[in-house]
Amino acid sequence: MTSTVIAGKTVEVNDEGFLVDPNEWTEEMATELAELHGVATPLTDRHWVVINYMRKEYFENGTGATVRKLGKASGVDTKELFQLFPKGPAKLSAMIAGIPKPKGCI
Amino acid sequence: MMHKRMVILGAGTGGTLAANRLRKRFSTAELEIDVVDQDNQHIYQPGLLFVPFGLTEPDDIVRKRDRQLHKGINYHQSEIESVDVEADEVHLANGTTLAYDLLLISTGTKLLPEETEGLDGPGWNRDVFTFYDLPGATALAERLANFDSGHLVINFFDLPIKCPVAPLEFAFLADWYFHDRGVRDDIKITYVTPLDGAFTKPAASATLSNLLEEKGINLVTEFTTGEVDTVGKKLISYDGTEVEFDLAVVIPLHGGADYVHNSPGLGDELGFIPCDNKTLQSTVKPNIFVLGDAADVPTSKAGSVTHFEGEVLVENIDAFLHEREMVERFDGHANCFIETGYSKALLIDFNYETEPLPGHFPGPVGLPLLKESRINHLGKLMFQSFYWHGLLPGRDVPGIGSHMPETGKHELQTTGKS
Repeated sequence: MTSTVIAGKTVEVNDEGFLVDPNEWTEEMATELAELHGVATPLTDRHWVVINYMRKEYFENGTGATVRKLGKASGVDTKELFQLFPKGPAKLSAMIAGIPKPKGCI
Repeated sequence: MMHKRMVILGAGTGGTLAANRLRKRFSTAELEIDVVDQDNQHIYQPGLLFVPFGLTEPDDIVRKRDRQLHKGINYHQSEIESVDVEADEVHLANGTTLAYDLLLISTGTKLLPEETEGLDGPGWNRDVFTFYDLPGATALAERLANFDSGHLVINFFDLPIKCPVAPLEFAFLADWYFHDRGVRDDIKITYVTPLDGAFTKPAASATLSNLLEEKGINLVTEFTTGEVDTVGKKLISYDGTEVEFDLAVVIPLHGGADYVHNSPGLGDELGFIPCDNKTLQSTVKPNIFVLGDAADVPTSKAGSVTHFEGEVLVENIDAFLHEREMVERFDGHANCFIETGYSKALLIDFNYETEPLPGHFPGPVGLPLLKESRINHLGKLMFQSFYWHGLLPGRDVPGIGSHMPETGKHELQTTGKS
């Protein structure tokens, strides 16, 4: 765990770069987190559909959604998810949304 | 206690062991138990891994479902149409309606090959196979026996899948099998995964990556298959990259049983049942419980998990029927033998909170964890007999409880919480 400054605010991140406390996240951090992890900016409305869905899922269910759940329920289909968040939509959108890596991945 | 009616959907690992344990605990006057399944073939699913390599005959891993149930349990063979959550009723395809006071859902998970584009193409069961069902494993055995050169690709499309280590075991066994047949030098093996490593948890992922490398198996990570071209013989990922193959062994996407989608309010988008991951009581309605792969809990979909959950579940059902607080807590305990070929296996043991660690199981003197050994392989082979004669009838195993043991494990520097 290390401290780092994102969008002018000092926050704790784990070894993979996920924010330790989702409550410390602000919307301003999203763009900087995206740039840091190879997601094209500026973030579009479609990115935000996914980011907001992930935060909602986390606060309601204690974990962000997996790719398959995102594809079925977020309003953005799997193909587009991979265009928005190349390589790993669930992992990257969780990272940018300031929540932990989604569970159910075991 | 008043007379109660219980319906159990699914007579696989979970439904069978729960029915038998509950039958022992309650008299038929106290609890009437009806079990439903769509067929009468109970498959020992860990055995499917061995079928393609000719190490097990298909007949050896199948028994009748109703024969595994104790006396005093009613068995219905029918597809399930739907569950009426409001009315506390199950509708069967054969026209029967079963009313219940208590419902247990243990219908597991099914393969959804139709959810991956192209997978139903002409090359299916010719150059593209799965070993996750009996017909597939049987067909693959014949194909493997005649495969002497080329590129074998093993790929699971996305989690959740049953027994997430099985695709890796398949890769290890394929390496051994081709060596044994003297053709290994002419065959390239590649393991393709949507994950960012060989496995989900750091310590086990590192060990398993090393094993892949030692055995000369290539690893392709972060590849999420969106399409399979069964004629052009390539996997195509959602971001457009391709992996070519001569023979592909794939694990299709998984979902809950069909009737879940016909039952308003019962399941989530994937057809799994949301439940409290410690008590296994559904969040749908208090009189619905979930056991095994059908549950949406953040641990492996595996027989060992179902086994450990079963003990917790029976206590909680007892509490529910007596209108007491639920006391038993499931910790996510999973325990898996991983076949690595050459009559060796390694063992991993973990739960919701603790990743698989090295050490010994179940205590300081025991089977080696996260390390290849012959004794683990023997353990895996002996388990089949225990499955039919111990686990399903509901016998307890001395020394192995539902909760994950902590003694005997080596602490690791934690590499970030997962």
